[in-house]
Amino acid sequence: MNSAAVEETVSVSGATPPRDHSCEYVLEVVNVSKSFPGVLALDDVQLKIRPGTVHALMGENGAGKSTLMKVIAGIYQPDSGEVKLRGETITLETPLKAQQSGIAMIHQELLLMNQMTVAENIWIRREPKNAFGFIDHSEMHKMTEDLFDRLNIHLDPDAEISTLSVANRQMVEIAKAVSFNSDVLIMDEPTSAITETEVAHLFEIIRGLRKQGIGIVYITHKMSELFEIADEFSVFRDGKYIGTHASANVTRDEIIHMMVGRNVDQMFPKEEVELGEVLLSVKNLTLEGVFNDVSFDVRAGEILGFAGLVGSGRSNVAEAIFGVTPADSGTVWIEGEEVHIKNPNDAIMKGMAFLTEDRKETGCFLSLDIQENIQSAVLHENFVNGGGFVDQAKLNIESEELCRKLRVKTPDMEEAIENLSGGNQQKVLIGRWLLTHPRILILDEPTRGIDVGAKAEIHTLVTQLAHKGVAVIMISSELPEVLGMSDRVLVMHEGRVTGILDRSEADQVSVMKLAAQ
Amino acid sequence: MSTVDNTMKEANDGQEVCKKKRIPAEVSILLVLVGISIMFEILGWIFVGQSFLMNMSRLQIIILQVSVIGIIAIGVTMIIITGGIDLSSGSVVAMSAMIAATFAQSSSWPKVISPSLTDLPFVIPLAVGLAVGAAAGFVNGWLVTKTRIPPFIATLGMMVSARGVARWYTDGSPVSGFTNEFAMLGNALDRWMPVVIFIVVAIIFHVVMRYTRFGKFTYAIGANPQAARVSGINIDRHLIKVYAIAGLLVGLAAMVAIARIKTAQAGMGLMYELDAIAAAVIGGVSLSGGRGRIAGTVIGALILGVMLSGFTFLRIDAYYQDIIKGAIIVTAVIIDQQRQNKRKKTT
Repeated sequence: MNSAAVEETVSVSGATPPRDHSCEYVLEVVNVSKSFPGVLALDDVQLKIRPGTVHALMGENGAGKSTLMKVIAGIYQPDSGEVKLRGETITLETPLKAQQSGIAMIHQELLLMNQMTVAENIWIRREPKNAFGFIDHSEMHKMTEDLFDRLNIHLDPDAEISTLSVANRQMVEIAKAVSFNSDVLIMDEPTSAITETEVAHLFEIIRGLRKQGIGIVYITHKMSELFEIADEFSVFRDGKYIGTHASANVTRDEIIHMMVGRNVDQMFPKEEVELGEVLLSVKNLTLEGVFNDVSFDVRAGEILGFAGLVGSGRSNVAEAIFGVTPADSGTVWIEGEEVHIKNPNDAIMKGMAFLTEDRKETGCFLSLDIQENIQSAVLHENFVNGGGFVDQAKLNIESEELCRKLRVKTPDMEEAIENLSGGNQQKVLIGRWLLTHPRILILDEPTRGIDVGAKAEIHTLVTQLAHKGVAVIMISSELPEVLGMSDRVLVMHEGRVTGILDRSEADQVSVMKLAAQ
Repeated sequence: MSTVDNTMKEANDGQEVCKKKRIPAEVSILLVLVGISIMFEILGWIFVGQSFLMNMSRLQIIILQVSVIGIIAIGVTMIIITGGIDLSSGSVVAMSAMIAATFAQSSSWPKVISPSLTDLPFVIPLAVGLAVGAAAGFVNGWLVTKTRIPPFIATLGMMVSARGVARWYTDGSPVSGFTNEFAMLGNALDRWMPVVIFIVVAIIFHVVMRYTRFGKFTYAIGANPQAARVSGINIDRHLIKVYAIAGLLVGLAAMVAIARIKTAQAGMGLMYELDAIAAAVIGGVSLSGGRGRIAGTVIGALILGVMLSGFTFLRIDAYYQDIIKGAIIVTAVIIDQQRQNKRKKTT
């Protein structure tokens, strides 16, 4: 075993330690199985990572990717099979052992101590000491700077984590992982919450790490990233290993086929719908310092896509219309009548529905069951009688029928929502809003972080709703989704609407031009 | 791609519909209650030579003791479900009791506090007691929602101040000599009145929490306030309602308590807030909010009552009683924590 990686290397200021390139694979997972009560999460799977490559891990939610990564990172112990590092079998009883052996994992939900500084987070447990045995802060500062120089990261080592953006926190995590001189770096959907510019910077850093001979395992749901950054990829489905291929010689459709196990013929089932009256009209909406002078119309049956970089104000406009954070000035009209929406309740009463961007933060009631989650927005109207009693029987029938229609995979309606996969949670949340029978539906990132199969189902559903005359606003960071689904595309840049394109004139280039100015 | 095709099987499209039997958490708490009772029964025959359960007056005392704490615990349960806490209930019991008691005195009593307020119909002191409790709860709710200070601090402030009001109101002297009519609140129905009130309150709030919009909003706010807001729930207004209703119940508990013991003292209700919280926690109400039921709290309160009575019955020293009680509360939370972890891991 590489002894340099085992001991806790404090000094990284020198050159990168020489890496042993004699092994064909830096990390090998051989015939690993892992089961939880009632579930076989990993069924005899394998994975081989070459040094100096980026290896993407693809699969639907629940395919076993995360479980496998947790086995590699020492969080779970496999029931059978083995993990080999540089050709030698190792046992990883704890995450610490994995880390010391040279396997570092960057979790999707970043695990940093928010009230401590960047340097303190990176060197925790390995702080440099002075002659008296106290922590040498200036040395720690210097070590952090050296590390950042090597990685081309520009951050103040003494900044408190809580003041940093998500992307910058991720940089800190990466730097921390690199500071262990890791041979294997696992990244779990690192781009799910950062902007396009930040993604570019991240990829630059990943390429740098690859050059240093580190094997990078990269979990992602985004097909475009696979082609951009990955050298090889492995596909998992239902806890089984499906195959490993070089990313240069496969097509998108082939990968989807491997992931889903069937053909998803049409990614975007867009259908032409006869447009009706203008249902929602927004005029000169402004929220100081966030967005300015936003105006647009949406017709019945129309899907209006919102494109723009993260931080361009797309979601803020939606929140303002729905009354989550009301705008300072400007007007909103529904069916030609001016409305004053001060809170979400007003919006719901006017026939609006709003699927929020962050499923966990503002969507799910994690401690409650499916039934309670799906019914939370309809307790205002038809289902409540004079005494405040809820017509539970009627409501349960409707919600159960809806879940069946949405194909929510669950044993029953009393299952806790936290036990569902991301895609199924999203379907329940969409169900919550369909139960209100909205005329205007705002979807903010409706398919973020969910698998291909569920994505297609949600797209079909949106198309059906448009057919029924619902006006849909769809905000998405995935340009193909916006282009594929929308009748018109509204593009925002730094809080302003920079253009509204018709379906015929909207393509990657024209939208990006408006989005990046 | 051939390897892929070989290993590929048609995705199973049919949804699995296997209905799991769900056992509500209350059943296991009920089993604990039964187990503890049986344990005392057996220990009783061994060490004291008599039955613990087959003693009507003992059972009545247990349930009477539980009633006052139980009424408070029902309100506290609702607050905890919203993700809050109420430390003020014990002090508010004293404050409501002292103020209401001065409206409940009989003119035949030698030490009347305010002579102009004697011999009033019982609804007046009752209404005063409920109003004082509700007002304290309203202030708690207002502080929590409008100033955004944590419920712990808001109700800690109320806990200290309400006790002060209770002492100041009569300069510390106790108030007794209630009208017969008022005393009925605690003694009617062959002294079962407090129990009847407790059961009625428990049933009402069980129904409210399960079958009304009010209940659903309460759970939603505790589970995820931001999602609740987007679902169109007016959080501030609802929270103020919850705190005020919990305060009202504290006022009711205070009335039942003074009617039963026929006197109000500024020092009464000490540590009631902690007993009420303990009852809820033992009953499976999650301190992180969004989870818990009134039925659980009622059983939790009964467990506390049975323990207390059982220890006295076995002539265990009061010091040991407190030590064991503390351990039980902590154990209940540990078990609850593990139950929650298990819930998460099953998938």
